[in-house]
Amino acid sequence: MNERFGTVVLDTAFRFVIPFVMLYGVYVLINGESSPGGGFQAGALLAIAVVLSRLVQGEKAVFNISGNTALILAGIGTFLYGFVGVLTLCWGGNFLEYGISPWAMLAAEKHALGILGIEIGVTLCVMATIIAIFDALTRKEEV
Amino acid sequence: MKVLRMGALFVLLLMAEVMFISAGALPQLYDPQSAAATHVADRYIEDAVEETGSPNFVTAVLADYRGYDTLGETTVIFTAGLATVLLLRVSKGSASKREGDSAAEEEQV
Repeated sequence: MNERFGTVVLDTAFRFVIPFVMLYGVYVLINGESSPGGGFQAGALLAIAVVLSRLVQGEKAVFNISGNTALILAGIGTFLYGFVGVLTLCWGGNFLEYGISPWAMLAAEKHALGILGIEIGVTLCVMATIIAIFDALTRKEEV
Repeated sequence: MKVLRMGALFVLLLMAEVMFISAGALPQLYDPQSAAATHVADRYIEDAVEETGSPNFVTAVLADYRGYDTLGETTVIFTAGLATVLLLRVSKGSASKREGDSAAEEEQV
């Protein structure tokens, strides 16, 4: 990992900025329930980390998600959101009524778990959509 | 031409008049008795912590009371991204066809 990618600016951007952007993205996702933030912002941050990695290192980037994988991930994220809603329906509640889950937890914990579930779905969807659009824009023509 | 311009001025003045009248009927800024502040906002502010367990009532409104709305937003983002990728991507078939006879491809485009 000691080899240089290019100039000092690229090296610094990769080694110092990307890890903190990723960490901040995960923090915003997990802490979004009790502080400003949430799925959309966390998704944008995580996507920026991958896009920056692609910009610095090109196709062989360390944190690379290809366009096809990104589209599948976006679908999975949207599905996860809907799945949480359908799950609460199956347990006999209303759509997205988190308090209905049968596990022995406090009501607040049930709500926090449900909100975390849908936030993860939103994060996956936003992250993968941004990466897919970036990939489509920078894609080389296939021969 | 002149008639058209006078007509446009008339419509513009009419719209300005409507705007002034409706602006006068708007509730006072920061008025606690206004319609926007008395309907569901009170319930969200007072009961959000007990009802949803979330200490942040922006999250409570976004993910809990209006969870269905956020599902729609996510679907819109997914659909928009899918459509963008479909438009931007050059498929394998059309790329090879363009190499073969570019004139016919140009006509089609």
